[in-house]
Amino acid sequence: MARVLSLVQAALVFGTVILFGALGEILTEKSGNLNLGVPGIMYLGGIAGLAGAFLYETACPAPVPLLGLVIALLCALAASVLAGFLYSFLTITLRANQNVTGLTLTIFGSGVANLFGGAMNKMAGGVGQISVSATSGAYRATLPFLSNIGVFSSLGFMVYLAIALAFIMSWFLMKTRKGLNLRAVGENPATADAAGISVTKYKYLSTCIGAAITGLGGLYYVMDYIKGTWANDGGIEKLGWLAVALVIFARWKPRHAIWSSYLFGILFWLYFYIGGLTRSSQELFKMLPYVVTILVLIVVSMRRKHENSPPESLGLPYFREDR
Amino acid sequence: MRSDTAAVSLRNITKTFGPVVANDKVSLEIYRGEILALLGENGSGKTTLMNILSGIYYPDAGHVLVDGREVTIRSPKDVYDLGIGMVHQHFKLVDVLTAAENIILGMEGSGKLDLKAVGDKIRGICELYGFDVNPGQKIYDMSVSQKQTVEIVKVLYRGANILILDEPTAVLTPQETQKLFQVLRNLRSDGKAIVIITHKLYEVEEISDRVSVLRRGKNAGELVTKDTSAAEMTNMMVGHAVTLNIARPEPKNPQPRLIVKDLTVKDEDGVTRLNNVSFTVNSGEVLGIAGISGCGQKELLEAIAGLQPMESGSIVYIDPATDKETELAGKDPRAIFSLGVMLSFVPEDRLGMGLVGNMDLTNNMMLRSFRNGSSVFTDRKAPRKLAHRVVKELDVNTPGLSIPVRRLSGGNVQKVLVGREISSSPTVLMTAYAVRGLDINSSYTIYNLINEQKEKGVAVIFVGEDLDVLLELCDRILVLCSGEVSGIVPGRGADKNKVGMMMTKLGGDVRHETIS
Amino acid sequence: MKPSRKTPFVRIAKRDSIAMWHGWLIRLAGLVLALIVSAVVIYAIVHLNPLKVYEAMFEGNFGTKRRTWVSLRDIAMLLCIGIGLAPAFKMRFWNIGAEGQILIGGIATAAVMIYWGRALPTWALLSVSFVVSLMAGAIWGAVPAIFKARYGTNETLFTLMMNYVAIQLTSYFVAKWENPFGSNTVGIINQMTQAGWFPAVLGQKYMLNILLVAALTIIMYIYLRYSKQGYEIAVVGESDKTARYIGINVKRVVIRTMMISGAICGLAGYIAVAGASHTISTSTAGGSGFTAIIVAWLAKFNTFVMVLVAALLVFLEKGAIQIASQYNLNDYASQMITGIILFFILGSEFFTRYRLIFRRGKDVD
Repeated sequence: MARVLSLVQAALVFGTVILFGALGEILTEKSGNLNLGVPGIMYLGGIAGLAGAFLYETACPAPVPLLGLVIALLCALAASVLAGFLYSFLTITLRANQNVTGLTLTIFGSGVANLFGGAMNKMAGGVGQISVSATSGAYRATLPFLSNIGVFSSLGFMVYLAIALAFIMSWFLMKTRKGLNLRAVGENPATADAAGISVTKYKYLSTCIGAAITGLGGLYYVMDYIKGTWANDGGIEKLGWLAVALVIFARWKPRHAIWSSYLFGILFWLYFYIGGLTRSSQELFKMLPYVVTILVLIVVSMRRKHENSPPESLGLPYFREDR
Repeated sequence: MRSDTAAVSLRNITKTFGPVVANDKVSLEIYRGEILALLGENGSGKTTLMNILSGIYYPDAGHVLVDGREVTIRSPKDVYDLGIGMVHQHFKLVDVLTAAENIILGMEGSGKLDLKAVGDKIRGICELYGFDVNPGQKIYDMSVSQKQTVEIVKVLYRGANILILDEPTAVLTPQETQKLFQVLRNLRSDGKAIVIITHKLYEVEEISDRVSVLRRGKNAGELVTKDTSAAEMTNMMVGHAVTLNIARPEPKNPQPRLIVKDLTVKDEDGVTRLNNVSFTVNSGEVLGIAGISGCGQKELLEAIAGLQPMESGSIVYIDPATDKETELAGKDPRAIFSLGVMLSFVPEDRLGMGLVGNMDLTNNMMLRSFRNGSSVFTDRKAPRKLAHRVVKELDVNTPGLSIPVRRLSGGNVQKVLVGREISSSPTVLMTAYAVRGLDINSSYTIYNLINEQKEKGVAVIFVGEDLDVLLELCDRILVLCSGEVSGIVPGRGADKNKVGMMMTKLGGDVRHETIS
Repeated sequence: MKPSRKTPFVRIAKRDSIAMWHGWLIRLAGLVLALIVSAVVIYAIVHLNPLKVYEAMFEGNFGTKRRTWVSLRDIAMLLCIGIGLAPAFKMRFWNIGAEGQILIGGIATAAVMIYWGRALPTWALLSVSFVVSLMAGAIWGAVPAIFKARYGTNETLFTLMMNYVAIQLTSYFVAKWENPFGSNTVGIINQMTQAGWFPAVLGQKYMLNILLVAALTIIMYIYLRYSKQGYEIAVVGESDKTARYIGINVKRVVIRTMMISGAICGLAGYIAVAGASHTISTSTAGGSGFTAIIVAWLAKFNTFVMVLVAALLVFLEKGAIQIASQYNLNDYASQMITGIILFFILGSEFFTRYRLIFRRGKDVD
């Protein structure tokens, strides 16, 4: 039983990282932009948050955890929004190809993050030596009234934040006027344009805000998952791509993303908890989330049920003069 | 019972697109409590005029008045504010959303969506006028007629008092058309002003109070529906026959080359586009296909070429050398080609289908011939020679052979396309709107080409929109009306008005002996 | 009737066409601008003379003979993948799965080397793994193509996911073949016998890599430009309506082209394993599957231009490693600089396709 609990716990933490990533990308893709820069944005969010906390804690002899938390949060959001803005500017205004731009952002983000991460490691005296314990502690601080209930005893506030965000996003998309307009932009930009909706404005906003949410995934990874340190091991990148897969698996629906992210977490960690697997078979297990996503992709395109399909104009640029 | 001041007045509207004058000092009055039909052939300018009223185009000159006040319409939003609503032929709906969501899309209002209130308001409108819309239904689940209803409710929801409908019955069955007409009558009783852009005379007769006719961009006349006749309307729409002096050699020894029998075609929405069409095309002859745009000509040619799936029927091709019969029905272009069928097709969509816009002339010439030869490599010499020949013989104005064809002007693009299609010495040549948008000289070049082919014994199918041309160029004319054969008449000596009547009414006014 | 809206300050107008040299000039301007920005960034981080830094980069690439050959080897690898992507992209099929196709080819090659390393002579091993890696890559590329052709399944997402399935497959085999036990690495395969390794040609151990890829460059160029299949690819990519109109079997072209694309990427895996690292791991592709996408795109699928673009990127990477060791900097700077340069080049593309028109009617290029 303890093993199952441990698995669930690991799945929840793992799932939260990719949940943030996926939620942000769902918002972006709902506008028609396919942002393959998700890993890069998560890198940038993570490193910015870490840098902010690190600089604060080294500069200040008695750091206040809450202040550290806020600083890290703001830095992460700022970096992610800038990244999203860069992507938007290139693909919407300068009409660059979305795939290539996204991949470039991933390369750039990973480079910047590992560059600064390595530099900070050196400043702190070695790999894994960064200690932003005050801030990290703040992130990992459990909700007081839940700290005695089994699984929840070790979950930081961001786990709940992610779930809340998912519900808010779902409500926004389905029940608000602006959410409706956004959905129209992603499905049929020409019709949205004819109805008087500013396609450009919606694409910019949803991509930038989406990037901000995605970046929070990187921040959570750094602060909670690896507990306030940095290692150039490509961990974020893998999770970033898993987040992209999650968007597809959840069929672009925020509330589905919640349980799907934990499912992916279970699938990912399952090998660890199943006894008697050879190390090589464990690797096959780790394939599960991706295989399952491919199956969803195929089935969705075969059945062509509109509500499960990607937004019609996903990946396609919209130019009014082509109308 | 129409009110006295015009709801909308269009005065001396002029709009040009490059060298083409779409509207030439056109004037129109639209009154509340009245249904006005806007009648005209293709190219008469009626759609352009209504697009000006709905904010898509901006007039070069002229005035627009709403309720006696002069207004400037610069965008679709201005249009809503003025109480004008246009229902286009191609619906602007998002499939995955519900009717209610589509109806309020883009409207200002409170942040939170109250779909229940929207649904109630929609149901209110429906009850008032006799519509049947389920606000919660998804668009992809709807029939074409239901989608159209959503579009109409959409403009009413936004407070339109002046409705413009562009060819509303083009996609409806007779029953759905009657339902629509009843709704329109209800709207009229409620004091709305309604404009229907249409070709169909019987509709004009049935539903409209007044008819305004446009011809070649100008006003041709205005009639009160109950005081006029189909013949008078057709005459106004089509005008007097104009002599064009196109040569027309007599067909020598015509032999059947293509026999079409009971061809029925449905489009992706399940609407029947062609219904039991039968005819024969003979060698050395030009068979013209006349009909209002959308009456099925496109589907006809594409079905023969293997690009359009058919419901039923047969298309038999007869080889001139061996007299062997080949069934073309159900085969795609590749299969048709590999069976040795020499069929050439000049499609309506020149740069989107017939040619590759970004490729140069040589590469476009190669589209038909690239498979020739057993080598793995393409032979560029022959296509280049062909390109050279086409440019020279057809007088194509181009700086060279290696520029992308999309940079050529319309007439030159068409010359390249036609030149290629006739170069393979086809047995049957099909052309769709071969001279649309072409200047006079280029047009005559094309007519001469067609005649040359005819004299070589090629069976030519010529789909055209200019009746004058059809009457002078074609040996026989098949008139399509709403997907059915309205009649087949000899080209020589045909009466323009009678043909016009057949285009708008099945069988025309007078019974004709159909010559197959 | 007076239009009451003032002409906007600046408008965008699509260009009809642009002279080739003009286009390349704009891209060059983008590159130069990027280098300037990167220099500023480098200065800000390390407070060093950027020129000295660039000089160090050059050192890192061509400083010694060995380094030069390694640079050439890496250029060949990146180029090979780009060559594989060219036909797919020309057909507007977004093959993001190169990374996975490389690994699959690599696994196949490693398998041949490991299982038959003692049974067959090197020339046989090389031939068999050549064929096997082609086939493996072809299958990996065909799967998404079949679903796209049949059901319209989104190929960007499908090929992307196939990458991660391939990475896990690689991990599986690495664990299976690990040597020494418990290290989770395969180690150098056939280190003693060098069975299945690329032989040195003309005294250079990477010569065969370069020759192979050079041959591929020319073959792909000829294939795309002069062959009937290449013509079909071009037509399908430009206008699949036209392709259907002239009777091209679009589904077949899509699947066939992706098989070729996957096969060549698989071959890149073969070259990586048999000709370079002599081992297989999840970093055998090392992200070059993604970088190559950018290479192919920027070169507009012209294999000869790809040589230049690949050379530029490898130069940056190697140069940054040199800077890192020389100036005690992190070698991830290369990725950052690469990213900046790519952003600028992507942005400059806009100016090759559109003109800016300022209010006074002056054109700005």
